[in-house]
Amino acid sequence: MRPLITAVGLLLAWEALAWATGVPVYILPPPARVAVVLVERFDLLIEQAAWTATEMVLGLVLGLILGAALAVVFAASAGWRRWALPLVIISQAIPVIAIAPLLVLWLGYGMASKVAMAALVIFFPVVSTLYDGLRRTDPGWLDLAQTMDAPPRAVLLQIRLPAALPAFASGARIAAAVAPIGAVIGEWVGASAGLGFLMTQSLARGQTPLAFAALVLLCLLGLALYHATDWAARRLVPWQSPQGE
Amino acid sequence: MVASPSLSVRDARIVFGDRVVARDLTLDFPGGRTTCLLGRSGVGKTSLLRWLAGLLPGAGRAQPTAYMAQRDLLLPWLTILDNVLLGFRLRGDAAALEAAVPRARRLLADVGLGDRSGDLPETLSAGMRQRAALARTLCEDRPIVLMDEPFAHLDAVTRLELQDLAARLLAGRTVVLVTHDPLEALRMGHQVRVLSGSPFAVGPVIEPPGAVPRDAADPVLLGLQGRLIAELRSVP
Repeated sequence: MRPLITAVGLLLAWEALAWATGVPVYILPPPARVAVVLVERFDLLIEQAAWTATEMVLGLVLGLILGAALAVVFAASAGWRRWALPLVIISQAIPVIAIAPLLVLWLGYGMASKVAMAALVIFFPVVSTLYDGLRRTDPGWLDLAQTMDAPPRAVLLQIRLPAALPAFASGARIAAAVAPIGAVIGEWVGASAGLGFLMTQSLARGQTPLAFAALVLLCLLGLALYHATDWAARRLVPWQSPQGE
Repeated sequence: MVASPSLSVRDARIVFGDRVVARDLTLDFPGGRTTCLLGRSGVGKTSLLRWLAGLLPGAGRAQPTAYMAQRDLLLPWLTILDNVLLGFRLRGDAAALEAAVPRARRLLADVGLGDRSGDLPETLSAGMRQRAALARTLCEDRPIVLMDEPFAHLDAVTRLELQDLAARLLAGRTVVLVTHDPLEALRMGHQVRVLSGSPFAVGPVIEPPGAVPRDAADPVLLGLQGRLIAELRSVP
């Protein structure tokens, strides 16, 4: 209820600001105007939103799979970790915006470059949280497994990995929150569809209300992605239900 | 049950971190009996037990042992039954796992958790969880059982009940139980030995009269308890 009141309050303030200052619509369109555009251009907006949503979800899934796989490899093999960990860190030291044009150059204007972009920003929080979780297994469990003559592989898959799932769930939540950044930056740099593409196009033509309408949908997409991931993350670790819920 | 073997330590040197816990340690644990090692916190009881379990570097485990720690160490994502079968699941022998299921269920019934086998550990009380850990330890069916203050976290009444239960279920096995509680040592142990000093020395064998688990209200036991407490207090 509270977020709703806050949102309505902010919209009213915005409307009042636009009315009181009399700024032109192409600088700051009032919310009512944005709402009208949302309804009038609904078909176009939904089509572009579906495109961007697909990029985000594919990027998220790809980033989660790659990140989880790499974290498990790091936990299983010190040799791999020594070789690949510096590479992972270097890959994060390069600003994503700086390699966006390269990805578009290599992978084209279509969806692939945006999925790669989203996967790239997602993958690091996933690797680092899951690998951290895999390193912090309760030593008591490891001792117990050792007295049971458990092979290292079984310890990794049956104890360390499930024990690290809460950490992975945190990583997935962060990933869901940053996935839209990757997809939208990719669309700004070069695309032929998507909400980010629509925003740059409509701003260039002075259709600011349409750009705002695209922004509203982008915001809703981000929220939906985060909450869907949060829901899935809770199901992944049913034994760790947060206190007071 | 096949007679459980005795366990012998010869000229052992036990190191924990950079501290020498025991030097030239020679100690015998009679087969099929429970030996309680009594000592104050920090004397090196747990190090000795971990050494016996092969968990310390340089420790060669002579025989297969089952290990029960102070914490229950139940895996929160597995049901109670699957926790009891953990060793079989980890070793990955499907046939052995299959064969162990009826025994795991029987052990759960023995510890009074027969109707909780499908529940997750978080739904159980501390005493129930420690009983599940006892069932897991017994399910391993190793001739030697090592127990590290297994009841220290429980309230007094639950602790007495669990001591009775454990003494009954552990009968016939070679058990080494370390504790800082003189009464627990006297109730559970066929033999009691006091550890003291640094590096620690092992006191003479004390064999309280009567069968285990002994009655906590027995005047002889209470007299012995007073003597043990005095002995523990006399050394720094």
